[in-house]
Amino acid sequence: MTDTQAQISAEIAARHEAAHEAIRRSGAPAPTGPLLDFDPYRSSILRHPTKNPKLVDPETIELTSPAFGRLDVAEIESDLTVQHSGEPLGQRIIVSGRLLDGAGRPVRNQLVEIWQANAGGRYVHQRDQHPAPLDPNFTGAGRCLTDSDGGYRFTTIKPGAYPWRNHANAWRPAHIHFSLFGDAFTQRIVTQMYFPGDPLFGLDPIYQSIPDQAARDRLVSVYDHELTEPEWALGYRWDIILTGSRATWTEPEGGEA
Amino acid sequence: MSGLHPPTPGQTVGPFFHYGMQYPGGLELVAPHSPGAIVLHGRVLDGAGEPVPDAQLELWQADAAGRVPRAAGSLRRDGITFTGFGRTATDVEGRYRFWTVNPGPIAGSTPFIAAIVYARGLQNKLHTRIYLPDDAAALASDPVLRGLEPDERATLIAERTAEGWLRHDIRLQGERETVFLAFD
Repeated sequence: MTDTQAQISAEIAARHEAAHEAIRRSGAPAPTGPLLDFDPYRSSILRHPTKNPKLVDPETIELTSPAFGRLDVAEIESDLTVQHSGEPLGQRIIVSGRLLDGAGRPVRNQLVEIWQANAGGRYVHQRDQHPAPLDPNFTGAGRCLTDSDGGYRFTTIKPGAYPWRNHANAWRPAHIHFSLFGDAFTQRIVTQMYFPGDPLFGLDPIYQSIPDQAARDRLVSVYDHELTEPEWALGYRWDIILTGSRATWTEPEGGEA
Repeated sequence: MSGLHPPTPGQTVGPFFHYGMQYPGGLELVAPHSPGAIVLHGRVLDGAGEPVPDAQLELWQADAAGRVPRAAGSLRRDGITFTGFGRTATDVEGRYRFWTVNPGPIAGSTPFIAAIVYARGLQNKLHTRIYLPDDAAALASDPVLRGLEPDERATLIAERTAEGWLRHDIRLQGERETVFLAFD
């Protein structure tokens, strides 16, 4: 752990410049996702494919998605502040938004899963070595199903930033991990939602693995006073757009499997 | 694609996904040892050939008759309903396993299991396929496999074990790197 933040920041800047230069030369649109080969995130060095993915037409099972329903998720799982006998510490927040496909259509009745650190920046995980306190009243995992408008809503605690060992004095911006399903398995995404104005954005090799500022901005929630509940909780709004549009494939044999 | 809104980018699952994403029964698409049940197992390896102990795999597949599952209940298994979805994490030796069935052909197509890999250090999900090795003619006619070199093709086809199970390693990088897919 000898790399300094200055070294990592210089590497991030160089990688962004190279990515933007490649975009200028090729005339192709900026990539909408993270660069897999992005060595400022040190753990990625041996874990990114070196070949380009094969561009294929999705087929059969890939054009559909697993179904989730009331069997899978209890109503109470969307409130991360009521899972224990007492109230968790920290700033109570509401995180809400819509899950949409690339054509802007709502993705209904799909599973949304989240997990996050507590207010002190500590995860409930035995390998989290950060000497911040665990909160006996906060686990930090929740689920819900999107409604008929693609809407989701969680009540939780604003997570703290936390230190990690990518380099010396490395800190992740506060974030909530999100896992989402679409109408096709190809639309599946796992990502992270951030909070507006975080001073750590420029320093973080995970957030900065996305070379395009507009794409990075899509991971940042907005404070929404309409969502804020008086005497209760601050509201953050974050919409999620999946790749592509709804599958049109239907089962050819017409059976209700 | 024109007219589409730009998608939300993916990000790594990080090191602490287990308590957010893992759930009891995640790896049991069917009840262990039930009629027709097989184990699909293997390892996830990095570019140095070392096991990846903090990867997560998801499967999505047809049932044994080639029907696309429509039933909910993957998160609360009842031991009877086939939902077609499974999720597990690798162990300290990079190993994973699922209890499932051999997927049947959907409308005559070559059977495969759709799989997604996530890991700490992996910035985004990776899609791949796991094909059944048994029907050489079906494999030869598959449009995706036909577009690959033989050594690439081999990375997508599972091995049938003596027990009739399936063994399949996923290599994130390096020699025999698994073929990963991007979709139009």
